[in-house]
Amino acid sequence: MIKPTRVAIAMSGGVDSSVAAALLKAAGHEVFGLMLRLWNPSPTIQNRCCSPADLALAQQVATTLDIPFYTLDAKGLFKATVVDPFIEGYTNGVTPNPCLNCNRKVRWGFLLDRALAMGASHMATGHYARLETQGNRFYLLRAKDRMKDQSYILSVLHQEQLAHALFPLGELQKSEVRQLASEYELPVADRGESQDLCFLGGMDYRTFLETQQANLPPPGPIIDSVGNRLGTHQGLASYTIGQRKGIRISAQEPYYVMQKDHLNNHLIVGRRAELGRKEFWVEECNWIAGIPPQAETQATAKVRYKSAEIMSTLFPETNQRLRVQLHQSLPDITPGQAAVFYQEEYCLGGGIIST
Amino acid sequence: MANETIYFDYAATTPLDADVLQAMLPYFNESYGNPSSVHRAGQRADAAVEQSRLTVSNLLNAQPNEITFTSGATESNNLAIRGLAHRRKVETGANRLVTTPVEHPSVLETCRQLEAQDGFTLDLIPVDADGRVQLDQLGKYLTEDTAMVSVVYANNEIGSINPIQAIGAACRAQGIPFHTDAAQAANHLNLNVEELNVDLMTLGAHKFYGPKGIGALYHHLPGIMIIGQTGGRQEYGTRAGTQNVPSIVGFARSFQLARDSLPEMTPRIAALRDGIIDSTLDNVADVRLTGHREHRLANHASFAFKHVDGNQLLAALDIEGFACSSGSACKTGNPEPSPILVALGFTPEWTLGGLRVTLGRGSTSEHVDQFNQTLPGVIDRLRSVHSLVA
Repeated sequence: MIKPTRVAIAMSGGVDSSVAAALLKAAGHEVFGLMLRLWNPSPTIQNRCCSPADLALAQQVATTLDIPFYTLDAKGLFKATVVDPFIEGYTNGVTPNPCLNCNRKVRWGFLLDRALAMGASHMATGHYARLETQGNRFYLLRAKDRMKDQSYILSVLHQEQLAHALFPLGELQKSEVRQLASEYELPVADRGESQDLCFLGGMDYRTFLETQQANLPPPGPIIDSVGNRLGTHQGLASYTIGQRKGIRISAQEPYYVMQKDHLNNHLIVGRRAELGRKEFWVEECNWIAGIPPQAETQATAKVRYKSAEIMSTLFPETNQRLRVQLHQSLPDITPGQAAVFYQEEYCLGGGIIST
Repeated sequence: MANETIYFDYAATTPLDADVLQAMLPYFNESYGNPSSVHRAGQRADAAVEQSRLTVSNLLNAQPNEITFTSGATESNNLAIRGLAHRRKVETGANRLVTTPVEHPSVLETCRQLEAQDGFTLDLIPVDADGRVQLDQLGKYLTEDTAMVSVVYANNEIGSINPIQAIGAACRAQGIPFHTDAAQAANHLNLNVEELNVDLMTLGAHKFYGPKGIGALYHHLPGIMIIGQTGGRQEYGTRAGTQNVPSIVGFARSFQLARDSLPEMTPRIAALRDGIIDSTLDNVADVRLTGHREHRLANHASFAFKHVDGNQLLAALDIEGFACSSGSACKTGNPEPSPILVALGFTPEWTLGGLRVTLGRGSTSEHVDQFNQTLPGVIDRLRSVHSLVA
């Protein structure tokens, strides 16, 4: 850990950020808490991350730790940079990961800027990830707790952001974090894990999209890989690549979603044996070290937040775009999701799967 | 981060005076009787309440039965405006409420609700660029339809003092009841209700080193208000409910002490205030003093900073060890423009950037020096916020 300094901790009222705050304080830093007020779908449906109850809990934690605590409004920014692109992604037939935009633009953009403006040298979060400094370069590493590792969604960070980042939980197991929460007598020790997207307000994403009156693709034909029409789909936004349930075609052998052809509004399905591919393209790349791989590179690839890592070869085309050749095929390579690359403990960076 | 915070938010609230606390303590568990009870325990409590009422009425040059104790200035404003508006409507048919755009929400929101729900119309007397009522505009708002006029004595956010005496005289000439919210003024200005031509006046104890949760309403005319809170006949029938005896005692004691200390306090505090105003205007770019330079509360400095988010400024100052405010004690984190600054004609690049620095008994020239050394750097840093992402 760096020498004591003034650190802002991004708080959510949850276990992780609360324990992170406690650890920073115990390490002798001058700590102050910040909490974002994010967009919610309606006045009556709260954002999971910043409901009045969450705010009250975070305030209680701050009071328990005797650190100042402030809230910042980011409703408009969050709607424009996270929610709108999420809705737009579904209208364009891709499956976006809004957490990436939130980390890039809201948490490690807006919030970090304000933390620095308030005189902080660093901003910490309760993310599970590690940082390493070599000279004046900053590297992002996987968390010690592999089950909790969140380097995938932090793969969007730049050197300028990492230079001010602290991840106090990176060396800890989740079980240790819970233990610490009760040792520090934080009023959040027995809070559950959050899974769904914070702004859905407990709704299924399809219901959410309907409530937002998203201009979603209409129903259209379901076809197989050779062009036979098998039925009618409910609109491409309702399907994800690799999905089996809900296709509603009666057949002896189940069909899986292979591809969403947005141009023709076709849902392309196939048998299990047809599913999966080894090659895909990635765009909007971010490289943690600030420089892309210069040539063909061996790395592991993660195509979803919780998917397994697959050995792969990266073929960079430009700084922003590359081709990925997996060493084994995957059934759920989904345009809109991030592909993130690793070498040993290091997260190299990643980008958005385009095709 | 500073260990000891320097408190510069005396307009939000003040610490309870130690003598006041001592005066209150016996009425929690020694003389705990109900003032309405017949027995001696009740008599002791009743005597304390009535002695307090006498103290307060003397300080206002009023009669004891013209003082109603309430739960605070917000309730006093509600009682005055609702009670007066409804009484006047019933008795004269007057349905026009007249106030200003720079009132505390407990006045403005009350008037707006009466307008929305009870058939009143609401008119706002224009204020000048310093937030003071334009006297030459007043006349056309005083008509036979005017049920009442309510004008804040000194504004909480920008500290400007209104010409209450002249407004009161104009109202009195037309027979229109005049209410003033004196919550901020009580610790600083003349409160002689006779001299001021005031019919109703709102006070709250925690602005002058008294306890929170206790206020008073002075009301000149008997039966001037329709009663909002019904029940027993406490407070000469103007406010039902068992009296908060310790707090009433605290109100009177703190009010007496505050008024006694005024002649000595005012010049000292005003000099400190001027130190903050002069330094800020000299050393910070793109800043304006809000409110009138001369006709302002002795303890009150307030500013608008161009391109600064006031909420972040308050957080940044707090981290540096200074407790300040943007105007009202509100911490939702919502960057909403100050309605007061909007009413004064400030453009959007200014209306988020309000800062209020209010001084009090504990303030020293060392505090002011430290603040003056810190503020310019904090403003510079906040203005230098740039995005790290493309």
